[in-house]
Amino acid sequence: MGLVKKLAVWIGYLVALLALPLFFDSILAISIFNQMAIAIVFALSYNMLLGQGGMLSFGHAVYFGLGGFLAVHTLILIESETVYFSIILIPIIGGVIGLLMGVFIGSFSTRKAGTVFAMISLGIGELIAASSLIFYSFFGGEAGISGDRTFGPMFFGIDFARDVQIYYVAAVWVFIATVFMYLFTQTPAGRMANAVRDNPERAEFIGYSARKVRFISFCASGLFAGIAGGLFALNYEFITEENLNAATSGRVLLMAYIGGLGYFIGPIIGAVVLTLMNSLLSNYSQLWMLYLGIMFLLTVMFLPRGFAGFIMMHELAWVRGKLRNLALPYLITSIPTVFFVLACVAMIEMSHADEEVFHYLGMELNPAAVMTWLITAVIAAASLFAIRKSLPQLREAWDSANAIADDEEG
Amino acid sequence: MLEVFIFATLNGLVTGLLLFMLASGLTLIFSMMGVLNFAHASFYMLGAYFAYSISLYMGFWMGLIFAPLIVGVLGALVERYGLRRVHKSGHVAELVFTFGLAFLIEESVQFFWGPTTKNYQYPDILDFPLFTLFGQEFSAYRGFMIAISMGIFIGLYRVLTHSRIGIIIQAAITHPHTVSNLGHNVPQIFMGVFGVGTALAALAGVIAGPVLTTFPGMAVVLGSIVFVIVVIGGLGSLAGAFIASLLIGLLQSYAIASDVGMPDLLNLLGLSFERSHPLNDLWTVTLPQIAPILPYLLLVLVLIFRPTGLLGKREE
Repeated sequence: MGLVKKLAVWIGYLVALLALPLFFDSILAISIFNQMAIAIVFALSYNMLLGQGGMLSFGHAVYFGLGGFLAVHTLILIESETVYFSIILIPIIGGVIGLLMGVFIGSFSTRKAGTVFAMISLGIGELIAASSLIFYSFFGGEAGISGDRTFGPMFFGIDFARDVQIYYVAAVWVFIATVFMYLFTQTPAGRMANAVRDNPERAEFIGYSARKVRFISFCASGLFAGIAGGLFALNYEFITEENLNAATSGRVLLMAYIGGLGYFIGPIIGAVVLTLMNSLLSNYSQLWMLYLGIMFLLTVMFLPRGFAGFIMMHELAWVRGKLRNLALPYLITSIPTVFFVLACVAMIEMSHADEEVFHYLGMELNPAAVMTWLITAVIAAASLFAIRKSLPQLREAWDSANAIADDEEG
Repeated sequence: MLEVFIFATLNGLVTGLLLFMLASGLTLIFSMMGVLNFAHASFYMLGAYFAYSISLYMGFWMGLIFAPLIVGVLGALVERYGLRRVHKSGHVAELVFTFGLAFLIEESVQFFWGPTTKNYQYPDILDFPLFTLFGQEFSAYRGFMIAISMGIFIGLYRVLTHSRIGIIIQAAITHPHTVSNLGHNVPQIFMGVFGVGTALAALAGVIAGPVLTTFPGMAVVLGSIVFVIVVIGGLGSLAGAFIASLLIGLLQSYAIASDVGMPDLLNLLGLSFERSHPLNDLWTVTLPQIAPILPYLLLVLVLIFRPTGLLGKREE
């Protein structure tokens, strides 16, 4: 890819980030964008560990949370005029704390990758989450601590009272963080992280210390997680123990994995999709966490390389101009799939509906009637049968789209 | 002082043995497949919930028998149709799969049984004090818990070391290809071990449910502690898991029963701090307060200074 093309991608990214509030300007949309911005930085920082460095962490929220806590404490200090500091630089505070924690914890946890690393990260995560409830004056117990972002020096007359103003701050930070995390993958340290992930023995053999390489990735990852924590503090103006416990660590793993670990853009996709699901689905159904769990397991089982991996599977067909030939087979399979999913969702929701009449896709279903259940079950079974019937034609189309490409190469 | 010590020991023993029932299955599964099963404590929770539902209709004892069987079959199915499929994508994918499974099981439990605590009771026949010591009663149900877990430990040990199937399992751990060449179906052995491991976890859930309350968060409460035990004991070591379980059980029990803390230590050293000191929390912290974090502290220390665990042999 030429330099111009590469730059165009980045400029497009920046424009998209800055232009989003112009198209969607409701309060809900802005709040979702802010959550996305935080999630993108956090998920990308996690991918630095797991995707690029091969270190599976179950305690990444520690760096996010501690960065956030220090950021809120800084907000409090600004409010009481103890320090004079512009709030747009708050993410730096979070980043520095994340980096310092990374240096400290990385100094002993990066000796080994694999299970040992995963277990140390789990232990430290639980240790800090549990300590946060004990040390009340710093962490504020279960209620957490809160600040106010409207104090301190104004930025060209903006006081950041509104969420959309914070969105622009977050967008700039997201852009800067993404650029630097991408550049990191291009440095020798980033390249060596991949080498150590794939074969630490070989990397050691040509003279690199696997531990040192891991340590560098680990610290950088802590830095960006801390920046994400700082953004969180700016957006919500409060932070609680929940932001550094295992649930948050689990969520970031989910985002990065669903998006696709092997690709730089993967965690961005994961962060966007999961934040959207989180905010939109939770309006419609109380059971959205159940759907999320099902989706996650299906992704791990059938799309081991995540959404990004699924998209990249079509690269060959795209290059050969055969993507068109796949459109119809995909359509044929997707129609019964949609029916199957909708029927299953209807059954799951009906079993939990309290009212006499259950409104679903403009229809009025009666959860108490046997007939309703029978019909949905029949639809589900019939569409499952149709999916199975349609799979061979999809596979055939897939094979022909890729196989002819092989001939041309050979 | 003595009575506190004796009761702390007994309670620690109950917790420790209960933890061992979970840890034994987890460590067996790990030594077979090299995968730490994040969902292990979730099967423990399923055991408690199934036993609760069965006990409503057929009484506690039927739950004790059937809940572990149902969960064991579920576990075997998960191995056959889930884990084995994910195995191709590598260890990280397997770990992430079990992690997602734990998430899904918790949500499913809330879906089927609701988010509230269930009133799961132990049978009246065990509702009497086993003995009274220094005026305190030790309930018969706790004695029953000790008996069951000890029975499982001895039984498991006998089966693994003295029976034909135990020898085959041990051989399959270290030399799967040779065992396969000798005509044994190794994947089926793996499936069986996974099923038995989850059934053991479920059994722990059945007997712990009435004491530790049956609610959707019970897997999370115990889950990471069991991990800690397996790692401290040495991954794949059954004896190590036994020692570590008792160690963690007793450690937590003693820490909770003790009434010492930083103020006592500071008094001993002749130091004192004002209450307004920024580190006030640190100077007033007591041992019962930090009891929940002791296992994790131990885990981090063990991993730094002895990554193989107490009795473990291999590092990865």
